[in-house]
Amino acid sequence: MTSPALSGALRAALTKACQVGPLLSRIVAAIGGGYALAAVASVAALALPMDKPQAVLAGTMASFLVYTGAVVWVFAVRSATRAWLGLLLAAIPLLLAAWPVWNGVTPA
Amino acid sequence: MTANDKKHSKPGKPAARGIRQTMSDLHIWAGLLVGWILYAMFLTGTVSYFKEEISQWMRPEVAHQAAVPDAAEVVPRIAEELQQMVPGSSQWSLGMADARNNVVSAFWRIAKPAKGERGFGSAVFDPQTGQKVSSRETVGGEFFYRFHFQFHYMPVLWARWLASFCAMFMLVAIVSGVITHKKIFVDFFTFRWGKGQRSWLDAHNALSVFGLPFHAMITYTGLVTLMAMTMPWASSAAFKTQAERQAMQSEISAFVPAGKPSGQAVPLAPLGDMVRQAQQRWGADRIGRVTVNNAGDASARVIVTYGDFERVSISPKYMLFEGSTGKLLEVKDQVGAAAETRGVLYALHLGRFGDTTVRWLYFLTSLAGTAMVGTGLVMWTVKRRTKLPHPDKPYFGFWLVERLNIAAIAGLSIGMAAMLWANRLLPLGMEKRSDWEIHWFFILWGASLVWAMLRPAKRAWVELLWAGCAALALLPVVNVLTTDRPLWRSAIDGDWVFTGLELTLLALAALHAWLAVRTWRHQPKRKPQRQAAPRPAANSPAPAARDVDSGATAASAAMAPDLQEARP
Repeated sequence: MTSPALSGALRAALTKACQVGPLLSRIVAAIGGGYALAAVASVAALALPMDKPQAVLAGTMASFLVYTGAVVWVFAVRSATRAWLGLLLAAIPLLLAAWPVWNGVTPA
Repeated sequence: MTANDKKHSKPGKPAARGIRQTMSDLHIWAGLLVGWILYAMFLTGTVSYFKEEISQWMRPEVAHQAAVPDAAEVVPRIAEELQQMVPGSSQWSLGMADARNNVVSAFWRIAKPAKGERGFGSAVFDPQTGQKVSSRETVGGEFFYRFHFQFHYMPVLWARWLASFCAMFMLVAIVSGVITHKKIFVDFFTFRWGKGQRSWLDAHNALSVFGLPFHAMITYTGLVTLMAMTMPWASSAAFKTQAERQAMQSEISAFVPAGKPSGQAVPLAPLGDMVRQAQQRWGADRIGRVTVNNAGDASARVIVTYGDFERVSISPKYMLFEGSTGKLLEVKDQVGAAAETRGVLYALHLGRFGDTTVRWLYFLTSLAGTAMVGTGLVMWTVKRRTKLPHPDKPYFGFWLVERLNIAAIAGLSIGMAAMLWANRLLPLGMEKRSDWEIHWFFILWGASLVWAMLRPAKRAWVELLWAGCAALALLPVVNVLTTDRPLWRSAIDGDWVFTGLELTLLALAALHAWLAVRTWRHQPKRKPQRQAAPRPAANSPAPAARDVDSGATAASAAMAPDLQEARP
């Protein structure tokens, strides 16, 4: 293979990756990121002033709506970066709420 | 994916890709990728609303039950039989016969399971005689119900994860479909018959919007039924001890685990008396299940559970008795607010609370949901066929989607009918007979896939739809030839289970025939001809102009630019 052909192939592959990359990033954000956000939200529900079993059930049931909302968000915004940023932004308060729960009950 | 589509779904292009556009892409791809599994889940779930009736039909040896037997008499009868069959079992449980169910379904823990053996046994009993039902070995309507959320031939856990994964795609497809859909109300009254892709779009819209609250409910509640497995994080963060977990379980399940047996043999107090106490509290026909832990031991417990009919909740509601004395220990009929919410959501999904009318509404709406998935899948190909450069030699992705559609939609009916055929035709004494009923379901479904791949697409559709029609329509005939319960006798005897089921099979056969005829007569419009015609020609549809009246419906919004680009 001659070197111009090689570099041409490389460039084509790179262009392809640049095209597919953001889409892949969004898919990962939607499926993985959305699930993580939903999971954190379900744990954050334990911070609610409720009976524990009720909080667990309420949080878990609501988590699927969080998941759906996250997926819609990921594909609605202008760029993949924004999609991730939005998920992280939403995760911060939830993590703050969930943190004591994880720490509080985890035996040392 | 066509070049156009790629251009479309490509993110990162900043310009004017409005929310309807992005949601339309999301809707299309979320729906397509798992659409075939969703279709199978929807259809098998739909027929599961009549699972008890299907089970009755698959056990023709068990006579039609004119009146519901009294649980207080049935339970002691079967308990006696069971105690001899499985002595030393730490737990056995009897699901009562009711208005829709003419057998008692028992399961028990096997005292000392052999290596590799499952820890549970099960059998069905005749409530009148207390003996094991002497009917053909069959899995009954239970198969469609199980398949609906855990498929077959694969580990149950993986399968349930897969089902949940697909359900999540469905929920996303529903929400994104609604967002795409600006004129949701107007479109419900819009139907452009015989207009190719537009008709598919209108049918898809009407079917979706008509049952939208149901489809959203059934998808979300479906996720809720499996949430303990898919979303365990709150539970695992909150509960660290077995006692806490047990307290949680008692909020959502009437299952009371068997304690350690004391080793001191004490016979069970009369079960009939305990059942009568429950009947006095709830009503004579309200007993759903009777479970006995450690029968014959001093630590025995008897749990009488409320049936889930005529109560829109599956939250635990039971009475707990001391087995040795028959003393009432606990009445459970209340759970917390979130637990009750879960109970209601779960019950809404199962639809067991409903009477016959409600059940039919469930069935029909769910069938509309099945058609929603089916029309969505077909639309993907219809929309793209007009743009194929060589309609006879489509690219691989198109070919694959088209063939999978045929097998998933037309083939599934054949597979399901095949199982009912197998139920009637397999030799009665056959080894693993009920397994073979299931194998035949998959053999015929698989054969449909092969057929769909080998034949020209349109012919495959028509042939398989006719095959499905014949398979369904001939079932009542097979029943006449193989049992002594022909349709006319069932009708005269007032046996609405057999009559209703066979009439439904005939109606479904007619539906398949209609679809076959429509498909056969359908002439797809070809793009090259359209391109050749001058644009303003009277018979050439001008998509962009038409979109004005269709509003920004899901696919048309996504498609309009495609078509514009395709024009010379």
